[in-house]
Amino acid sequence: MPDSTTDTPAVSTNTGFLSAISQKQRGVSIELDGVSKVYPGQPEAAVDDFSMRIEPGELVMFVGPSGCGKTTTMKMINRIIEPSNGSIRIDGTDILSMDPNQLRRHIGYVIQQIGLFPHLTIAENIGVVPKLLGWSKSRIADRVDELLQTVQLDPEQFAKRYPKQLSGGQQQRAGVARALAADPPVMLMDEPFGATDPITREKLQAEFLRLQADIGKTIIFVTHDFDEAIKLGDRIAVLSDRSQIEQFDTPARILANPANEYVSSFIGQGAALKRLALIPLIDAPLRPAVDGAPQITLQDSLRDALNMLVLTGAAAVNVVDVDHRVCGSITNASISAVLNDAQPVAFAAEGTR
Amino acid sequence: MSIVTETEVSLVDDLKAVPDGSGRRRYGRLARIAAAPVVVGFVLLATYLWIASMQLDSIEKRTLNADYLFARISEHLVLTVAASALVAILAIPAGIAVYRSRSKVVHTVAFGLANIGQATPAVGVVILLAIVWQTGFATALVALVAYSFLPVLRNTLIGLEQVDAGVKEAARGMGMTYSQVLRRIELPLASPVILAGLRTALVFCVSVATIATFINAGGLGDMIVNGLKLQRFPVLFVGAILVAAIAVLIDWIAGLVEEFVKPRGL
Ligand SMILES: Nc1ncnc2c1ncn2[C@@H]1O[C@H](COP(=O)(O)OP(=O)(O)OP(=O)(O)O)[C@@H](O)[C@H]1O
Ligand SMILES: [Mg+2]
Repeated sequence: MPDSTTDTPAVSTNTGFLSAISQKQRGVSIELDGVSKVYPGQPEAAVDDFSMRIEPGELVMFVGPSGCGKTTTMKMINRIIEPSNGSIRIDGTDILSMDPNQLRRHIGYVIQQIGLFPHLTIAENIGVVPKLLGWSKSRIADRVDELLQTVQLDPEQFAKRYPKQLSGGQQQRAGVARALAADPPVMLMDEPFGATDPITREKLQAEFLRLQADIGKTIIFVTHDFDEAIKLGDRIAVLSDRSQIEQFDTPARILANPANEYVSSFIGQGAALKRLALIPLIDAPLRPAVDGAPQITLQDSLRDALNMLVLTGAAAVNVVDVDHRVCGSITNASISAVLNDAQPVAFAAEGTR
Repeated sequence: MSIVTETEVSLVDDLKAVPDGSGRRRYGRLARIAAAPVVVGFVLLATYLWIASMQLDSIEKRTLNADYLFARISEHLVLTVAASALVAILAIPAGIAVYRSRSKVVHTVAFGLANIGQATPAVGVVILLAIVWQTGFATALVALVAYSFLPVLRNTLIGLEQVDAGVKEAARGMGMTYSQVLRRIELPLASPVILAGLRTALVFCVSVATIATFINAGGLGDMIVNGLKLQRFPVLFVGAILVAAIAVLIDWIAGLVEEFVKPRGL
């Protein structure tokens, strides 16, 4: 690599770097710089000159149509696929200078096809990376228990089962638990909830958000479901063919100001409703309370409020806090005002996921 | 000869039809496997009673006695087991090497050879070897190894290649080295197919070892050929029955081993 650059003098050896990042369970930065991948025998690049900086602890969603290069881009970060060009740095260190196997043991990886090992129990599956890292048996056992609980699989019931004795959704949770096993600072997740029905998917997404709020890892999450991207991401990268970045921004800003036709078409119908779903009532300007109006809680979104307005036919709904104290009311007009506001207060809402 | 070969073929096919039964079919399969020794015992007993009820002439007496039979059976078994063990030691690592080479050319050549090998008649291999080399046990052993080498190599390759790509990628993505992936993931997952190949090779060897008699390497083929040459039907018959019985029993044992060794969770 010509540019395994001069700006990383702090770390002299790989092992030094690895022990450094393995201390940092709470996320490190990832930088991709002019990264390209041309598969042998292919005329066109699958990924063409891709550059991006991901902040520590950020959850970045890659969205794009099938075949646009999401998986390829992601797999270059753990060197399952070697880039043809460009450089990738994790926590400032060029990954191409590291031993790929050591690198991978510090990056959680959830693949598109789940890929649990069918001949190992769920507990053994989760224990693979800790075992590679030389943890003691008892430490591994404790960690497995903890993780199974984290992904809401009862250890008593599931630890000793084989993958085929689990449902699809349970297997995906086990896959996520396995990727989390050694508490890596970086996670790569390729459509981790791809093979589940909408209800299970919602549940997994909710659990995942709660989990990420606790663990704060740097995560790249691939999906081709834009709604999933909105729901989970701190920032979304909308990708088109050859992994070209059409827009890279927060969900709220992408919904409010799609960069081009392509992004708009990707958002699809109902962009306004999707935006409303992102704005909690806490962040909305409230009007004085109205007597006898239906009530909604402060934790709900503007979309929930609109829903209630439409359902009840009332002119306003009252917003109450956890102690049932009325804080104010919201009307159709105030919802429109939020949407039309050029620089809406509520779009500071990124932090509230 | 023809009797033996026929029993053989139908036997092998019959047992091949069962190999992939998983989970639910496991008990049925076990029951089926347990049936084999009972049937063999019954057939052997019936044969014994039949022979015992006969007036044997001096030629027949010379072969149909415990010493002679045990000598032939042990020759047959030693040849079979030695050949199979050698094949396991040689063909499985060879299959792994071909798989690991990840070169299309090597794969194609190996598969081509394996297919040619299976289409070549065993008698031809044995006799050719005897002509160009020598007669006796060593030649028979080499011929048997050469003959069952390729099917085992082929099964090893197929077994390793059919391991789910997602599983292999997950293993690599977790930071296992190539040899860790091989030892911890690929070989265990390929083991049912590899073992099935070995099992076929074993049964194969039992039948092909019959030909060893043509090049002076002993075995139960002696009885069959003598029975034919000297027109002593009981001798021919006992030889054939014993070969068939050994094939079934060996297959039965191999089946048990397979059940036992097969990774759980598949
Ligand atoms: N091993 C490979 N060899 C050659 N071409 C490949 C290979 N893997 C992927 N490609 C091609 O590269 C492009 C990008 O593939 P990639 O798997 O990254 O897409 P993706 O965005 O993840 O799609 P999906 O949403 O369907 O998973 C596709 O056109 C694909 O055909
Ligand atoms: Mg993909």
